[in-house]
Order: sequence, then C-alpha cells, then structure tokens
Amino acid sequence: MNYYESKDLGKFADVGKFRKELMDSFFSYYGAATGTDGALSKREKSLIGLAIAHFQQCPYCIDAYTQQCLETGANPDQMTEAIHVAAALAAGMTLVHGVQMQNIMEKHGAL
Amino acid sequence: MNTELLTVPVFRFENALDRHALQLKPLSVETLQVNITKLCNQACRHCHVDASPKRTEQMDKRTVERCLEILAQHSSITTLDLTGGAPELNPYFDDFVREARALGKRVMVRHNLTVTFDGNPQTGESKAYLPEFFAQQRVEVISSLPYYQEFFTDKQRGLGVFRKSIDGIRLLNEYGYGKPETGLVLNLVYNPVGPFLPAAQASLEADYKQELWERFGLLFNNLYTITNMPIHRFKEALERSGGYEEYMEKLVNAFNPAAAEGVMCRSLVSVGYDGRLYDCDFNQMLDMQITTGINGSQRHRTIFDFDFDEILNRTIAFASHCYGCTAGAGSSCGGATA
Repeated sequence: MNYYESKDLGKFADVGKFRKELMDSFFSYYGAATGTDGALSKREKSLIGLAIAHFQQCPYCIDAYTQQCLETGANPDQMTEAIHVAAALAAGMTLVHGVQMQNIMEKHGAL
Repeated sequence: MNTELLTVPVFRFENALDRHALQLKPLSVETLQVNITKLCNQACRHCHVDASPKRTEQMDKRTVERCLEILAQHSSITTLDLTGGAPELNPYFDDFVREARALGKRVMVRHNLTVTFDGNPQTGESKAYLPEFFAQQRVEVISSLPYYQEFFTDKQRGLGVFRKSIDGIRLLNEYGYGKPETGLVLNLVYNPVGPFLPAAQASLEADYKQELWERFGLLFNNLYTITNMPIHRFKEALERSGGYEEYMEKLVNAFNPAAAEGVMCRSLVSVGYDGRLYDCDFNQMLDMQITTGINGSQRHRTIFDFDFDEILNRTIAFASHCYGCTAGAGSSCGGATA
C-alpha cells in the first residue's frame, strides 16, 4: 500500500462515514466557495486552487485542480503563472524571515 | 478463466436513462448528416473516424444522388451536414453542395481549415478554391480549432496545424465569413486536449473571440464545445495511458438529464459513405446501424430503403460512448445541449 493513491481521491466522501453532518457541512461550503461563478469566475477560483495545491504540495489537489483548470478553459500559460505566484510567495515568505534573522543578529551585537 | 475481464466495469448507458426515467425517442429528422469520405489530409489524435491521408472510403455518385432524392422528397429535412474525413476530398462534394443548395437546403460543411492549403493528399489536387466556393454557395462552415493558442491545437491536430488554421480563418474572413453583415456563418469547434470535460461554452467563446481578434484580427460567429468521444483513436490513447475507466467514470458521474433530452440523435440521421444509416456519426464509426421492424422482420436500413416514418419511429441504439453526449452541459455536433 502506498500513502498516496490517485484513486483514493474518489474515497474522499468516505471520511464522512462517522459524523457525516460535519463532512456534509464541509462539502457544502467547499462547493459554494470553489465550484461556482461569483465575484470571481470558476476559472479564477480554479487557478487559485491550483496555486494553493502546489504551495501545500497536495497530490490529490494538484490532480483535481489541474483538471479543473483545464475544464474551466484555463491555458498552460495561466496555469504556469499561477504556480509561479505560489512559488514567489513561498520564496518571499522564506526571505522575509531574514528580517527576524537580522533582528536576532542585531540583538546579539552581530549586526 | 480471464479474471481481468470480470473486473472491467460496464458503463451501461441505459442505467442512467432508467435512473432518471428518461425515454429518448426520435423527435424529428431535421438533419441528414452524411459522412462522404474517410480520407483526410490530417490524422488527428482524437479523431473518432480514424480518418487519415491513407483512407480510401468514398461515397459514390449513386449514393450521393440518392441522398439528394431523399432531401428533395422531405421538406422537413432542412439541413444537409457534410462530414468526413475532409468532406471536400470526395470527388462529388462540389455537386452535392450545389444541388442541395438548389433544393433550398441549409448546407453545413465540417471543414478542417487546412485542406484548402494541403489539397488532396492522394491525388495532389488543389483545394484552394474552397473559400470562394463556400461563399458562392452560402454554405455554413464549421471548423475545428481545439484552442485559441498554438500549443493545445498542434498537440491534438499535428505540428503546424494552428498556424495553417489561422490562415484558413483569415481567408474565410476575406470572403465575408464570420462578419455579421454578410450572413456567412463560420462556427468554430473546441474540444478538450485530453480526458477532460469541455469548459463552459459561453465563457470560452468570449475568450476565443477576444484572443483571435486581438492577436490575429480574426472573426467567427459561434464556438461549439464538444466532448471527446471515448471510441476509436481517443479510446485507444486512453487505454494506453490507463485512463479509460477514469474518463468513463467522469462522464458517467457528470450525466445530465437535461443534456440527455437534447441529444442530436433525436433529430438527425447519419449516412455512411456506403449508404448505411445510423443514429449519429459515432454509432456509424462503431457499426451500430439503424435497425427497424419487429421480431423476425428486422432489417438494417440504408439510404436506398429510407422510410421516413419507420426512421421516426425507430429505437435509437445506445452504448457506453453515449455518456459523452450527456456529460455536463452536453455535447453535440452543434455544441452544448443544456
């Protein structure tokens, strides 16, 4: 058995085998937040989802949101830009902590 | 015993119809869709006809004339929809179009945009006259352009096809196609590059119009989104990649009763190059010929024994590929159905 199997995504709803009402609430919220056109189009939401899927490195989400991007008409340029946004933010989040590094250095008289 | 066979799920279309208490009976015969050749200058990755430059099947003159007779006899059949292959590569194509137009029929040609430049791959005959001919005959041109960018289009239809298609649309625009004031209709067809459902037709049409106009100065009328049908070349590709079951499950899960109500087989009859009759072009490629009559007197139908009332009262033949027409917003030769 592998920890990640692509077919396991289809068993997602089985998590609701116990305390079903909690999973039902989640799916209802999830569908409303990601699966409909609103102030953001479904395609824009799919691109945000794709970026987060990569940031969190969730294989299920990368699979689902790559397909959802294609099924909402996104193109490879848009999808690639979305994951660059995620990558740039991840790099920025690392680098901005350099301020803390410098604060500590300063505190200890090293800067 | 081959246990592997036992584990393959059966995607029975009738299960979905039963579940939703749907009975899909023919409503009319408005369109005669005639597949007049399997010869094509292209060999696309998703072609359900398996058309290519090597195919030799051609509708003969006698069968073309019989189709024209049927069109003349039945005023309720308002549309002739010519497909292939590249239908322009049938030797009787021009006459077929002229005579159907003379009968007052709306004529649609499923034109691949590149045959104008490539010509006949077997004889070398030029097809450069086609845009002018289409405009003179006022045929409705319907052309596949899988995406408004080069990458997805060439991936699916072959290297260089996108650029050539852009040139083809430009030529059609020059003859007035796609311009509202001329009434000459050019519709484009989108289909997904892989085992995905098509994007929403209206939003994708807006993208196509914006991109093709801004980048190339091109015009067209409508975009039709079509689902990739899991038969022949596309099915083989899915099986090679191990994705057939997953794609079928996607189609089955996306079954939409409203899309099912609008399936094209309810208002269309498909004619093969040899005159055999089918419920649609997909059934044609699977040899699921129209059968009429009851126990003991059942007969496969051809254009030569075309009986309008029997055709209208036939039972449409369904199989697992029909889930392709009923998934999501639906799919037909005229795009989404729901």
